[in-house]
Amino acid sequence: MKDFIIPWETGTGVYDDVDRGTPAKTGKPVTLTIDGMEITVPEGTSVMRAASELGIQVPKLCATDSLEAFGSCRLCAVEIEGRRGTPTSCTTPVHAGMKVHTQTEKLRKLRKGVMELYISDHPLDCLTCAANGDCELQDMAGAVGLRDVRYEAPKSGVLANHFEARNTSGEANPEWLPKDDSNPYFTYDPSKCIVCNRCVRACEEVQGTFALTIEGRGFDSRVAVGAENFLASDCVSCGACVQACPTATLQEKSVIEMGTPDRSVVTTCAYCGVGCSFKAEMQGDQLVRMVPYKHGKANRGHSCVKGRFAYGYATHKDRILHPMIRDSIDLPWREVSWDEALSFAAKKLVGLQEKYGQKSIGVITSSRCTNEETYLVQKLTRAVFGNNNTDTCARVCHSPTGYGLGQTFGTSAGTQDFDSVEKSDVVMVIGANPTDGHPVFASRLRKRLRQGAKLIVVDPRRIDLLETPHLGEAHHLALRPGTNVAVVSAIAHVIVTEGLYDPTFIAERCDLDAWEDYKAFISDERHAPEATEALTGVPALTLREAARAFAQGGNGAIYYGLGVTEHSQGSTTVMAIANLAMMTSNIGREGVGVNPLRGQNNVQGSCDMGSFPHELPGYRHVKLPEVRRIFEDTWGVALDPEPGLRIPNMLDAAVDGTFKGLYCQGEDILQSDPDTKHVAAGLAAMECVIVHDLFLNETANYAHVFLPGSSFLEKDGTFTNAERRINRVRKVMAPKNGYEDWQVTQMLANAVLKETGGKPWNYTHPAEIMAEIAATTPSFAGVDYALLEEKGSVQWPCNEDHPDGTPLMHVDGFVRGKGRFIVTEYIATDEKSGPRFPLLLTTGRILSQYNVGAQTRRTENVVWHDQDVLEIHPHDAENRGLRDGDWVRLASRSGETSLRAKITDRVSPGVVYTTFHHPDTQANVITTDYSDWATNCPEYKVTAVQVSPSNGPSEWQERYIAQAEQSRRIEAAE
Amino acid sequence: MTDAKMVLMANQIASFFETQPGDQVAGVAVHLKDFWEPRMISQLKTYLGQGGEGLHALVVEAGQAL
Repeated sequence: MKDFIIPWETGTGVYDDVDRGTPAKTGKPVTLTIDGMEITVPEGTSVMRAASELGIQVPKLCATDSLEAFGSCRLCAVEIEGRRGTPTSCTTPVHAGMKVHTQTEKLRKLRKGVMELYISDHPLDCLTCAANGDCELQDMAGAVGLRDVRYEAPKSGVLANHFEARNTSGEANPEWLPKDDSNPYFTYDPSKCIVCNRCVRACEEVQGTFALTIEGRGFDSRVAVGAENFLASDCVSCGACVQACPTATLQEKSVIEMGTPDRSVVTTCAYCGVGCSFKAEMQGDQLVRMVPYKHGKANRGHSCVKGRFAYGYATHKDRILHPMIRDSIDLPWREVSWDEALSFAAKKLVGLQEKYGQKSIGVITSSRCTNEETYLVQKLTRAVFGNNNTDTCARVCHSPTGYGLGQTFGTSAGTQDFDSVEKSDVVMVIGANPTDGHPVFASRLRKRLRQGAKLIVVDPRRIDLLETPHLGEAHHLALRPGTNVAVVSAIAHVIVTEGLYDPTFIAERCDLDAWEDYKAFISDERHAPEATEALTGVPALTLREAARAFAQGGNGAIYYGLGVTEHSQGSTTVMAIANLAMMTSNIGREGVGVNPLRGQNNVQGSCDMGSFPHELPGYRHVKLPEVRRIFEDTWGVALDPEPGLRIPNMLDAAVDGTFKGLYCQGEDILQSDPDTKHVAAGLAAMECVIVHDLFLNETANYAHVFLPGSSFLEKDGTFTNAERRINRVRKVMAPKNGYEDWQVTQMLANAVLKETGGKPWNYTHPAEIMAEIAATTPSFAGVDYALLEEKGSVQWPCNEDHPDGTPLMHVDGFVRGKGRFIVTEYIATDEKSGPRFPLLLTTGRILSQYNVGAQTRRTENVVWHDQDVLEIHPHDAENRGLRDGDWVRLASRSGETSLRAKITDRVSPGVVYTTFHHPDTQANVITTDYSDWATNCPEYKVTAVQVSPSNGPSEWQERYIAQAEQSRRIEAAE
Repeated sequence: MTDAKMVLMANQIASFFETQPGDQVAGVAVHLKDFWEPRMISQLKTYLGQGGEGLHALVVEAGQAL
C-alpha cells in the first residue's frame, strides 16, 4: 500500500517513508538535471528515483521501491532531451548530463489516457472501498487530473470488464471472479486488480516463494495462485504481496473491518530472533495492522506471517488481566489486588529463605521480554534474594553458543549483520530451518541463492531451503541425528588434508600452538569422511564435495540453529563450526562469519543481560571480584561469588527438597523443557511458584501466584536480535493488565524489600534501566535511548571505541586476542536406538507456529497447523502398518504420547520428526534429560523412540488435559 | 539430583577434557567450579568420599582440587 497518506508523528522512530519507486543503488556519482534542477545520484539509479530524491514524484503504478523496475504501466513516462519518445522513468537509468522533463503537455495527455484506460476497467466504489484514502490508483487519477472516462459498456449488454458480476441484462459476466477470502488475514478481490504485477514480483523478489503468477494474456491477464485459492496454494502469507498492492485487490481484513489507520509507531516484532522492525499502525489505541518498516535494518521492509499478522493473541480473551493467588495448586485461583498478590508472594519467598536458606529460591528470565525487564529479573535474584539462581530459556537453546564461541573467539554472539548474506558466495546451514524458524532471513538468503550463491545444508531432514526456486549448486548432508561433531570434523579433515585452509590468516590471527595441536588431531584418518560415513550416514563423496565448495567457494558463511546446540555435544559442535570459519579465513569481513540463528526475539539480549547463573551482565563471571564490585557499588549490596543453579539443576534441587521458590517470567518450562514428567515433579515440589505471563500457561498449572503480563505492544524497552542489534520496543497502547512487565518486577522486588527492610527500587522508565546497564556493562556503554532514536538501532559493542556500534565482529583481531582452535573429538550420545526404541526422534518448528504456541495458537495461524504431527518415512510406516493421518503412539524411555502420522520422505528411514507447539501433544513427554556436556542444554534433537499404531490420545494425555482444566479454575469474584 | 545423573554429567565433562591437550585435570576442575552450583559440588564431594563409583578418573582427580 502507498505510504505517504499517513501523517507521521515525530518521536515515534519513523523516518522518511516515501516510496521512491525503484530500489537504491550504489555506484559512482552521476549528475543530471530534472525539471531544471540538478541532482547527483549513484550510477544505476533510475530517473524515477533521482526525481523522487529531488522531491518530484513522477506518477507511477507498477513501480515501488521494494521491487526492481518493471515498466508495464507506462504512467511514469518522461521526456529526455536528445532522446526520442517517452521512456519510462522507472526503467531508465540516469547518465551524466541527462536533461529530464517530468511534466510536459505531451506527458500529461499520455498519462491521462493511460489512467482513463485503467479506470475504465475498475469499479468506481471508492467511498466504500477498504483502500479509500490509501489507494495509489485513486491518487494517480487525481495526480494526472483525470476527470472523465469515455469508455462505457456497449448498449448490447456485452460487457468487457472484470468488475461487474452481471451485465445490464442480468447475465453473469464470465470475466468477473468472486473475492477470495480463504486466507485468514487478507482478501484477494480480482475485480479491483490492475495487473501491475507488483504482487507477483514481491512474491518472487522479496519473499522468494514464487506462489503467484500472471495467467492469460492481454485482457485475460489475471493474478493466479496455481491452486483453488490462496489458502490452498504455496502462499506463505508473508504479506509482501499485500504490501506491494497499490489498490484494494490484496487487502488486510483488519483494514476492511476497521478502516485506515491514523498514526504509526515503529516497534520491534516479538517473535523470532530476526527482530524485524514494524510500523504498528493505529487508530487511537487500537492496532489496525502491523506493516514491515522499510528502514528496519534486520528485515529491510519484509515480514513473515507471524510478525505481520499473528498479533491477535495480544487481545485474546484468554489473557489474564488480574493478579491471582492460591494456597495450593489443587485449589482454584482467586483474583486479588496487586498489593495482596505481591505481599502474598513476598511473604512466601522471604519465608522460604528463612526456612530453607538463601539459595532456596530463584528466577527464570524471559527471552520474550525486553532487555530492561530481563536485567531487572536477574537483579532481583542477585541483589534482593542474595544468590545467583537465575537462568533463562537460552539454557535450553543457545547456551552452547555462549560457551563455544566464548572459548574460540572470546565473545558469545554472532559475528555478522543480516545484510552480510548479500555478499556470501557459499552458505552452510547447519541444524536450522530458516524458512520456518527465521523466515525473513530465509527470504534474504534465498535472494542470494537465486543470484548464484552455493548452499550446503547439514540436516537430517530435507528442509524447504533445499527446495528454493532457481537454486543453483546445493549439497545436502543428511546426517544421522547426533553425529554433528563427526560431520563437521570430517569437513575440517578434508579442508586440512587437501590443503584448502588459509595458512596466512591462521598465522596472523590464531593461536599457533592450538592450531598445531588441532591440525595433528583433525588430520588423523579416523576423521576422514570415508571413515565416518557408516556412523553419520553421509556419503564420503558428498561430504568431500561440500567441504571443497565451502573452502574454495569465495565468501563462506555459516548459519546454524538448535540442531547444533541441542545435543550432548552441542558446545563441541559450536567450537567445530568456529574452527571451520577460522581455518578458511571466513571471519572478520562482510559475507562470511559464524551466525547463530536465535530462536526467540530476545535470546541474545537475555544472555547479554546476565541471565545465566554464572555470569553478570556482559558475560563476566561472578567469581571475578572486580566485576562484582561494579554491581555491588551500583546496587549497594554484597554479591554471591559462586554460580547459581541452571534450570535443570533447579528442578533437580526442587525434587531433592532444597529449591523451594521460583519467579518465572514469560516462559513456559512445563511445555518447553525436556522430560515433562521430571519438570512437573520439580514444580510440584516447590512451595511457591510465581508465574508472570499473558496467559495461564502450562507451568501455571503448578503455580501459587499469577502476575498478569503485558504484551510487546504495551511497553517500552529494547530487544536485541541475533545480529546483536538493539532495537526499540515502543508502547502503542496502555497495558491491559495495568502495568508494564518491568514495573511488575519492580513491585515484586519492592514487596520483598519491604519484608526485609531493604531500600526500594524506583525506576520510572526503562530508559533509566538502560542507563544502569550502560554504566555497568562495557559493551553497552554507549547505548542510550537518545542514540536509538537517532540511529534507529545499534549493534553492540557500542562504546567509546565503537560509538556507532559494531556490524562486524573480529575484523582486525578476535575479542580474545588470538582465535583458538579447539580439538573436537566425536563422542556418541548415551541416547542410543536399540531393539526397544529403534527410531531417532528429532524436533523442530513450523512456519505458522512459534515455540510452545502460547501466542500463535491464539491467532488464526491455527488454520495452517492445528496439531503436531509425526513425520515418518514410508519404509518405517509400512513396517508398522501405518497410513497417512493415522493416530500413532510415540514412546521413549521417558514417556509416551499420541499424535497423527504424516508419511513423507523428507525424513530419512530411521528418523522421525515432530513439532512441540501444542500442549495436548506434549512432545517433551518423550524427550530425555540428557544434555550438553558443558552447559546442560537439553538434547532435544536425539531421542530413541518407537512408533506404533494407536486409537487416539494416550491415557496420560487425557489425564493431563483434565488436570490442566482443573488447575485453571478461577473462583468467581465476590 | 540422583547420583547416577551427577556421575553422568561429571563424566561427560571429563570425556571432553580427556581429548584436549594441556592440563586435563585442571580443565575439569575449572569447568566444575565455574558452572556447578555449590550444592552440586558438595554432592560430588560427598559421593567421592563414598568411593566415587563410576566416576571418570579425571573427575576423581579434579575432585581433590575442589
